[in-house]
Amino acid sequence: MYGKPLPVVSVSREPAGTFEFITTKKDELVGWARKFSLFPYPFVTACCAMEFMAVSASAYDTDRFGAALPRFSPRQADLLMIVGTVTQKQAPILRKVYEQMCEPKWVMAFGVCATSGGFYQNYASLPGIDKIIPVDIYIPGCPPRPEMVIDGIMKLQEIIAQGKHLILNDKF
Amino acid sequence: MSAQIFSELRDAFSDVDAAVSESRGVFVIALQPSHLITAVERLKSTFAFDIFLDVTAVDWPDRPLRFDVVQHFYSTVHKVRVRIRMCVPEAAPTVPTLRPLYGSAGYMERECHDMYGITFEGNDDLRPILLYEGFEGHPLRKDYPKQLEQPLVPYRF
Amino acid sequence: MTDAITIPNPVRSALTSHEREGSVIVNLGPSHPATHGTVQIIAELDGERVLRTDVHCGYLHRGFEKECEDHTWHNLIPYCDRLNYCSALINGFAYCDAVEQLMDIEITARCKYLRTLLSEYSRLTDHLTCVAASLMELGAMTAFLYLVMIRDYMYEHLAALTGARVTYSYSRIGGLAEDLPAGWLTRLAEILTEYEDFIGRVHGLIDRNRIFIDRMRNVGVISTADALSWGFTGPILRSTGVPRDLRKDTPYLAYGELDFQVPVGIKGDNYDRYFVRMREMDESVHMIRQLMDMLPDGPINVDDRRCIFPPKTLVYTEIESLINHFKLVMEGPSVPPGDIYTAHEAPNGELGFYIVSVGGGVPHKVHVRSPSFVHMGGVHLMLNGYQLADVVTTFGSVNMIGGECDR
Repeated sequence: MYGKPLPVVSVSREPAGTFEFITTKKDELVGWARKFSLFPYPFVTACCAMEFMAVSASAYDTDRFGAALPRFSPRQADLLMIVGTVTQKQAPILRKVYEQMCEPKWVMAFGVCATSGGFYQNYASLPGIDKIIPVDIYIPGCPPRPEMVIDGIMKLQEIIAQGKHLILNDKF
Repeated sequence: MSAQIFSELRDAFSDVDAAVSESRGVFVIALQPSHLITAVERLKSTFAFDIFLDVTAVDWPDRPLRFDVVQHFYSTVHKVRVRIRMCVPEAAPTVPTLRPLYGSAGYMERECHDMYGITFEGNDDLRPILLYEGFEGHPLRKDYPKQLEQPLVPYRF
Repeated sequence: MTDAITIPNPVRSALTSHEREGSVIVNLGPSHPATHGTVQIIAELDGERVLRTDVHCGYLHRGFEKECEDHTWHNLIPYCDRLNYCSALINGFAYCDAVEQLMDIEITARCKYLRTLLSEYSRLTDHLTCVAASLMELGAMTAFLYLVMIRDYMYEHLAALTGARVTYSYSRIGGLAEDLPAGWLTRLAEILTEYEDFIGRVHGLIDRNRIFIDRMRNVGVISTADALSWGFTGPILRSTGVPRDLRKDTPYLAYGELDFQVPVGIKGDNYDRYFVRMREMDESVHMIRQLMDMLPDGPINVDDRRCIFPPKTLVYTEIESLINHFKLVMEGPSVPPGDIYTAHEAPNGELGFYIVSVGGGVPHKVHVRSPSFVHMGGVHLMLNGYQLADVVTTFGSVNMIGGECDR
C-alpha cells in the first residue's frame, strides 16, 4: 500500500525485551484507535467547503475512515481541517482555535490557499497557514478533488499510526 | 421604455448643476457632492429608484480631484439604472451619506471607506468591515502596494 | 510549547452597552458551522430572545479587486469563479459580458444559448447547496445527503465539460473555453431526470414536515419595504412577494426567448425563501430543457482577434498569428477606455460588475456589486426579535456566500 518500511537504525542498547514489546504493541494499538476515530474540526472558510461537503457526503464518504463526525468545539476535536483561504483578519481566530485544542492534535491544510496562499498574493490573504500554526498534512488543489482529500486523510492516518503515543513511559 | 424615463430624468436634472449623459444603458449624472442629497431624494420620490445598488470609488492618482465616487441606483418600477458620479479631492474626500434614505448604504459606505478612505458625512459608523482594526492605509488606492501585508499574528517563519 | 503572544481582536463591536437589564452579549464567532464559515454575529440576548445583533463580515476578504488591477483581462477570470463559488460559472459570464460590452463584441448564438444553459445549471448547484446546508443545520441529514448526491452528479458532469468540479475558469472574453464534448447533452437529460427523483423525495420529507414548518414559518420575516430599502434582491426580495427578476425585467443572454415563471413568496419568512429556491430550481430545469432543444450549431467563440486566441496551427505557421497570440498573453486584450456596469441575476440576487478601463490589457478597476454583502447589511432585521436558534435557520436561508460577500 502506501506504507514504506521504516528504516532500520541500529542503536546500541540492551536487547529488546518484554517491556519494549509491550510499549510497541501499545503504540500500535493506540495509533490504530486514534487513526480510525478522528474528530475533525472543520475550520471552513471558502470554496474548498464545497469539496468538503462532497467528501463528507455519500459519494466519497469520510465515515468509512471514522472521520465523519465533526466536533465544532476545539476542546472535543483532534483534527483541525483548515478548509479554504485564511485571511489576515481570520488568522487570530485560527490561532486561538488551534491553541484551544488539546493534545494529541493534527492539522490538515485543505486546499492550496491554506497550504501556501493559493493564487492570492496580496495584503489580505495569509500566505499559507503554516505561517502561524504547524501543519501535519497539506492537500493541494483548488479545490482538491475528493479523492485527493481521502488520499490526504489516509496519509495522515499513516502518520498517526506510526507515531509514538506516550501513555506509558519507562518511568511509568 | 427606458428612453422615455431617460428623457424625463434629463428634464428633471437640467436645472441642477449636473452633467447628464447616457452610457451603455445607464443614465449617468455627474454632480457636486453638495447636491447629492437633493438629487437622490428626487430620484427616490419622483422616479421610484428604490434600490441603492452600490457605492464605490475610482482612484485617478494624476488628477487634482483624485477620487470619483460612483453610486448606482435601480428602479424596480421602471427597470432602469442610474449612475451618480462625484469627484472629490484627496485632501477632503467627503461626500454626504445616504444612510437616512437607504438602509443598504450602511455597509457599502463602510467598505468604500475601508478601501479608498472616502468619508461619508453623517455616517458615524465607519468601522472597518472588510479589513480589520489596526490596518493602516487604504488598499485599493493606487499607491498602496498590493503585497504589503499587515499581519495580526506574527509569522513563525 | 508556543511563545506567549497576545492575539488581537480584529473587529470592534457596536454593542458596547447593554440595552436591557440582565441581557447577555454572546459571540457567534467567525469559525462557526451555522454562519457558513466566516461571519461573526455579536448578539445581545434576553434569555433566548435576540435583542440586537452586530454582524461582522470581511473574514474572507481576499483582495479580489486589488488582484484584478494586477492581472490582464483574461488572467483574472479564475478569480471571478471564486466569488460565488457555489455557482462559479455565473460570475465568469457576468464579468465577460461586461468586458464584451466595453469592447462592443457580440457573442455568437451558440455561445449565448450555452451560457444561458450553464447559468441555469449553476443556479441549480447553488440552490442545491443552499437548501442542503440549511436543511442539514436543522438536522435533516437525509435531505442533505440526497441533495449533495445530485449536486455531485452535476459537478462530475461539469468536470467533463470544463475540467474542474467547483471552480471552472470556463468563460472567455468573446466566448467560452471549449465546446460541449460528445454525449454531454444526453447525460444532462439523465441528470435532470434523476434530479426530479431526488427533489421529489426532499419535497416529501420536508415540505409538510411539522418540525420544519414550526422552525421556518414566521421566522426571519422581512417586509417588502425593508427589503427594498436595505438593498435585498434575488430570492429574498422575491420571498416578500415582489416578482423582480433581472432575467425577466431586463433580459440578457437568451432569457428573452425562454418561457419561465418567477416564483414569489407571501410572507418573506424562511419557509418562503426555501420554497422560492425549490421552485426556482424547477424553473431552471424547465429552462435547461428548452435550451437543450434551442441550442444552435456554430462556433463558440466570436471571430475577433482582439480577444480570442488564433488557432494553434496558425500560431505556429504565421507570424501575424504568433504576434497576436504573444500580445494577448503578455499584454492582455486591449479594451477601449470607458466604464460600464452590468448586472446578471445570480442565485443570490443582482450580481453587478462595475469595470473601468483606461485602454490597455490591464483593468483600472473591477468592482463587484455582490448581493451577499448587501444582504449582510440588512440581515439584522431578520435576526432581531427571534430566538437564538432561529439565527441558524435564518442565516441558512439568506445564503451568504463568503467569497462573494467579502471578495
